[in-house]
Amino acid sequence: MGSAVSNVSQLCGAESTPEEERNLRANDRPSNRSYQYANNAIKTSKYNLLTFLPLNLFEQFRRLANAYFLFLLFLQLIPQVSSLSWFTTAVPLLLVLSISAVKDASDDINRHRSDNQVNNRRVDVLVDGELRSEKWMNVQVGDIIRLENNQFVTADLLLLSSSEPLNLVYVETAELDGETNLKVKQALTVTGEMGDGIDELAGFNGEVRCEPPNNRLDKFKGTLTLHGQTYALDNDKVLLRGCTLRNTEWCFGLVIFGGPDTKLMQNSGKTTFKRTSIDHLMNVLVLCIFGFLAFMCTVLAIGNAIWEVREGSLFTAFLPREPGVDAALSSFLTFWSYVIVLNTVVPISLYVSVEIIRLGNSFYIDWDRKMYYPKSDTPAQARTTTLNEELGQIKYIFSDKTGTLTQNVMTFNKCSINGKCYGELFDFAGQRVEITEKTERLDFTWNKLADAKFIFHDHSLQETVREGNLQAQAFFRLLALCHTVMPEEKKEGELYYQAQSPDEGALVTAARNFGFVFRSRTPESITVVEMGRRVTYELMAVLDFNNVRKRMSVIVRSPDGQLTLFCKGADTIVYERLHKSCDRLKEVTTGHLNEYAGDGLRTLVLAYKDLDEGYMDEWRRRHHEASTAMDGREERLDELYEEIEKDLLLLGATAVEDKLQDGVPQTIEQLTKADIKIWVLTGDKQETAENIGYSCNMLREEMKEIFVVAANTAEGVKEELQNARRKMCPEGAEEPSMVQARAGLFWIHKSETVLDEKVDGDYGLIINGHSLAFALEKDLRLELLRTACMCQTVICCRVTPLQKAQVVQLVKKYKQAITLAIGDGANDVSMIKAAHIGVGISGQEGMQAVLSSDFSFAQFRYLQRLLLVHGRWSYLRMCKFLRYFFYKNFTFTFVHFWYAFFCGFSAQTVYDEWFITMYNLVYTALPVLGMSLFDQDVNDRWSFQYPQLYSPGQLNLYFSKKAFVRCMMHSCYSSLVLFFIPWAAIYDTVRDDGKDVADYQSFALLAQTCLLVVVNIQLCLDTHYWTAVNQFFMWGSLAVYFAITFTIYSNGMFFIFTSSFPFVGTARNSLNQPNVWLTIFLTSLLCILPVVAFRFILIQLRPTINDKVRHKVQKEALPAPTPRRPPARRISTRRSGYAFSHSQGYGDLVTSRRFLLKRPLRSRPVLFTQTDSPLAQNQPQHYRTITEEPEESRSP
Amino acid sequence: MASSYNAKEEDGHHSGAPAHGGAAAAAAKSKKPDNTAFKQQRLPAWQPILTAGTVLPAFFVIGLIFIPIGIGLFVTSNNIREFEVTATPTRDTSNVFMYYGLSNFYQNHRRYVKSRDDSQLYGDRSALTNPSKECEPYRMSDGQAIAPCGAIANSLFNDTLELYHIDSNGTRNTIPLVKKGIAWWTDKHVKFRNPGGNNNLTAAFRGTSKPVNWRKPVYDLDPSDPDNNGFINEDFIVWMRTAALPTFRKLYRIIQKKAVTTPTLPSGRYVLNISYNYPVLSFDGRKRMILSTISWMGGKNPFLGIAYITVGSICFFLGVVLLIIHHKYDTRNNSADIPN
Repeated sequence: MGSAVSNVSQLCGAESTPEEERNLRANDRPSNRSYQYANNAIKTSKYNLLTFLPLNLFEQFRRLANAYFLFLLFLQLIPQVSSLSWFTTAVPLLLVLSISAVKDASDDINRHRSDNQVNNRRVDVLVDGELRSEKWMNVQVGDIIRLENNQFVTADLLLLSSSEPLNLVYVETAELDGETNLKVKQALTVTGEMGDGIDELAGFNGEVRCEPPNNRLDKFKGTLTLHGQTYALDNDKVLLRGCTLRNTEWCFGLVIFGGPDTKLMQNSGKTTFKRTSIDHLMNVLVLCIFGFLAFMCTVLAIGNAIWEVREGSLFTAFLPREPGVDAALSSFLTFWSYVIVLNTVVPISLYVSVEIIRLGNSFYIDWDRKMYYPKSDTPAQARTTTLNEELGQIKYIFSDKTGTLTQNVMTFNKCSINGKCYGELFDFAGQRVEITEKTERLDFTWNKLADAKFIFHDHSLQETVREGNLQAQAFFRLLALCHTVMPEEKKEGELYYQAQSPDEGALVTAARNFGFVFRSRTPESITVVEMGRRVTYELMAVLDFNNVRKRMSVIVRSPDGQLTLFCKGADTIVYERLHKSCDRLKEVTTGHLNEYAGDGLRTLVLAYKDLDEGYMDEWRRRHHEASTAMDGREERLDELYEEIEKDLLLLGATAVEDKLQDGVPQTIEQLTKADIKIWVLTGDKQETAENIGYSCNMLREEMKEIFVVAANTAEGVKEELQNARRKMCPEGAEEPSMVQARAGLFWIHKSETVLDEKVDGDYGLIINGHSLAFALEKDLRLELLRTACMCQTVICCRVTPLQKAQVVQLVKKYKQAITLAIGDGANDVSMIKAAHIGVGISGQEGMQAVLSSDFSFAQFRYLQRLLLVHGRWSYLRMCKFLRYFFYKNFTFTFVHFWYAFFCGFSAQTVYDEWFITMYNLVYTALPVLGMSLFDQDVNDRWSFQYPQLYSPGQLNLYFSKKAFVRCMMHSCYSSLVLFFIPWAAIYDTVRDDGKDVADYQSFALLAQTCLLVVVNIQLCLDTHYWTAVNQFFMWGSLAVYFAITFTIYSNGMFFIFTSSFPFVGTARNSLNQPNVWLTIFLTSLLCILPVVAFRFILIQLRPTINDKVRHKVQKEALPAPTPRRPPARRISTRRSGYAFSHSQGYGDLVTSRRFLLKRPLRSRPVLFTQTDSPLAQNQPQHYRTITEEPEESRSP
Repeated sequence: MASSYNAKEEDGHHSGAPAHGGAAAAAAKSKKPDNTAFKQQRLPAWQPILTAGTVLPAFFVIGLIFIPIGIGLFVTSNNIREFEVTATPTRDTSNVFMYYGLSNFYQNHRRYVKSRDDSQLYGDRSALTNPSKECEPYRMSDGQAIAPCGAIANSLFNDTLELYHIDSNGTRNTIPLVKKGIAWWTDKHVKFRNPGGNNNLTAAFRGTSKPVNWRKPVYDLDPSDPDNNGFINEDFIVWMRTAALPTFRKLYRIIQKKAVTTPTLPSGRYVLNISYNYPVLSFDGRKRMILSTISWMGGKNPFLGIAYITVGSICFFLGVVLLIIHHKYDTRNNSADIPN
């Protein structure tokens, strides 16, 4: 009911003028109702019980083929034209319509179910002065609702008050924008004062005026009028539907937008119905077939006119014309009669069969155990069942980074302390040992405060620290002090860190486990338990991190009064500020850093410096001055920092691994071999993205050059792109070479394709969001595309969700290539929707990506199985199916065409009407389905062994217009054989007892039996993979054919339905003739032999990769999967491994009081919701970031 | 590195997977797909490919089989004696079949083919007096239903052929022509049936009219033999089995063999007497009378024999060509050169 109302109002809204401004008054349902705002019910279903039949039929008849068959049905009701009984069309049409209707209905029932589930969630609503639990769908605009911790936000709310000090509320927006960090919202003080006073809230009558519903997640504009006062409202005071309340006991909010008006729903937008390129091709082909049909009918109609004049007029003694019909009219009627007879060229069951095949292949994906992730109990899921074959044609993959390539888990992996490298294991021979899950872990039980989930393998580091090595201790002391992590200790000894970036969390946890436990902090102090001894340092200053400084420092005073500056930062930056005495150490450490960088680890260099009390006092004074200065504050502070952070003493370096998901480099290698280009689109920083590029082998040291485009002006971007292009391809033309083509229905659709250009050597391209914004402009985007497509690897960093979609669309538009986007967060939704195929990584916290994806699974590595196995097979099967399907229908139909020349162009059919009815539905339906559900050229292991097998799909080799024409010619040949061999064989002949066998009925039986045998043998030739099911279908169909034929030609059937089964006795009388069988045998061989010979010659002369591998499969045993070797050691000499996903502003926060005011102890650590999930077992540390300032690049 | 991160660890078969570690109850609850050959697409299968080892022998074998069959067929067909209009005697001791042939007669024209009422011919009483509309314009005549209705029946072949042997004395001996047993058994006994049994056909067909072109009503087709009269008259049944092609022959009479040793049609002069009723010149048609013996493969038709010989030879030839191609190119395209 609710949904109906909302739907109506939505419709009204759409029809009347769009809403310009939203007005609402709290707690005043009657007045709010007058605006007819949508309530909070959502509706994604399409039909209800009453509308299902008319709407669904309407939708189905919008399909060209279905409408055509309806038209045919009407045509068949005209007696002058009808050349076939009505049931030949009606039965298949009915079957097709009902199969589609059942599928649509079940889909819609699922949508109803999920709508109901969401609409029936409960929330506390303030009604008539008391809180009542109401269903979500009954929540109205203007209602005040109460949310509790970990609840989903019901609708778009204006935050009124909260349990936390300063009316703060923490929300997680993962569902909304994919960012997993917590965001802070703050209510107006005037409303916050109401707290949880029900009476006050019930009496609250503020009026809100705000923007109309829209899809901008980061902006909100409005005013609240209360007691005559007007307060401005912005995005900070609004809670959006889709967020989850965290760390906040309760809050009250005023509903501003409900249901379809919420930003979440506005953002999800209309789901565009994705169609595959084969779908488009099929539409075009069906149209061509219509043209061809018209052509054939015209030829036959002309033939009829000629026949009527030359022969028919003389034949009237035996066959008088119908009154009023002359040659011209007869020819006209014949045209339509032949439209009916030849209608089978437009295969009615084509679409239904295609859907069935796709559905079957989708089920295989759901069922695949090798895409099932046991740790989170997630099987792969084909959420869209209509796109399978496109999985076998992917040319470009656009991947998110965090959560897709990586686990979003940082592990402290290695470190270099005072020139000694820790974290690697060597065997006795001095060989590096690969660390696996089975490798023995360090035992931290000596440290009661240690984090049990921290894993480290190198004993020497622990020994060094526990022996009391000063450098090692200083190293970890620095890690325990120099950071902005917030500790949380609910029970004595149960420490949780809330880190702003997972890197920091990893480092602080490492220090914690090695005996330097960061315990608590106040704005002025940091308490650390150092090897069991509690030490409180006075925090003098935090020199915060930012992207220019690329380092952060703290200045602390130890209990014994020693002032020390601890600094960690990028190697390039810190090295410049080192004291000369460190030069030797610097050299050694550089070696280590290069190794780390080569491994794709994120590195930071640690340094310290003891400070002088007097200097410090003076510096602090100046610092205070600078930080309170009105102008040039930033610059003055920077100068001060610069001044104090010099002559540092090097301690060492850390290497944190941004843990890749299992098998990511191998998967990328496999996909690259399959000639699939992978572009990484990430919101992350350049350094982080670059690092991942190296660690997952997309960027390689041996690449000729890696271009970085990071200009801030359109001109600059253009220049950088052009320079890169000229470097890669000096002889290339300035203008991109474009191929213009027309495609689609009626060739309306114009397309331009930028051709690939040959480049020797591998290059990489890294482009950041700022530059990308310019590069995606109209005049530069072709330049971008050309340059990017020349590179092996493209990484776009700091891109917005919108830009992700734009990049995908750019490639889609100008490369005419099939694209796939894979991501896990809500920020990937736009690109997932934009790409031909969207893949969501499931099993992570946000479900938004999965919900809008077409396929989902838990691990990136399953992508190779999805594409190289399932995709390849689906494509192969679909193409084989289409080729065969067109072949069998054309062959069937063309025989009629030839027969026309011998029956006076009278639209007499060659076959029995029952055969025509059942040919597609019964006799040939199952064998071809069997092939298109079971066929595989080579099995999955070989598919992985030779990823090149994937390339025919990308090149569209198996089914295209060309293949279609070939198919038609093949049919033409077969139909000629199928008509003329029986024709010649029975010409003037008789049975072995002298009786008739050249009669029409015997000839029909002979022709249809030949046809069926031929199409079945052709199917055998096409089938590569003969399972028992195939055999069963194939022999079963033939058996069914003979069984049905003998049945409907039997005395009994004739006795019951005399006029429907006039073929009585034909089977008995002609199939016992040896020459009938000799004819069938000859016809079959003549149809098949040339095909075999042709294919054999092709295999001999031009074997495809498929032929070669299949040949190899026959001869050789399955190769054992090669053992995973540890990747060869790479040492980077030309780049820094620095990467730190940190951002500015947090330093101020930890030294301000804002954060420290609140910290009520709660029973369960809300920030660690994942601890009990099965994933956690493998995740040493899992950090959520707390807050991050809105990135400036989000809205360039 | 050819491959690949696959198989064992992903399959979840291995013992380390937590889903396996639990009790059976836990395993039942897990969403892990079933490990059946069907669902995992591991159904055992036979995967034939076109190799020289299979294709070349196949071609040669087909050639070797087809050529003898073709020769056999050809010889058989040639042994069949068939004579048009002017008959020459044979020493054959088998039955001789007498056909009439028509050319350019479109018995397969759509409107012609459907211009009949099978119910009527099946003896259905209501259809007898109220035939199907398909029979138009030969449905009703003078207000009475036509039996048998329709264009096919109306155009029944009605020439009478008689064959005489002129012996050495110059006397004409009528050669007995058997007119029963020329239609399919199923037609005679299943498809065609007189209304109300075979007795008293005149009464049964009362209230119906004869087809326009006919001289006598259907119950007078063979008054001498009640089993060959009315709808079950075999000449009529043979005609009603419409031909597939515009040139066709239909069995008219059978000349039964006399004894094992005497020829059915001994040498001598024969006279064929045709009472010409059936107009064919109007539509450019041609009438033929054929006397023919038959063999196990039916009537004379050299096509199959020739076709088999031709196809067999082509197969053989193709086999040789393919063999040459195979020898020349197969070494070059060894599967070893798969780029990797």
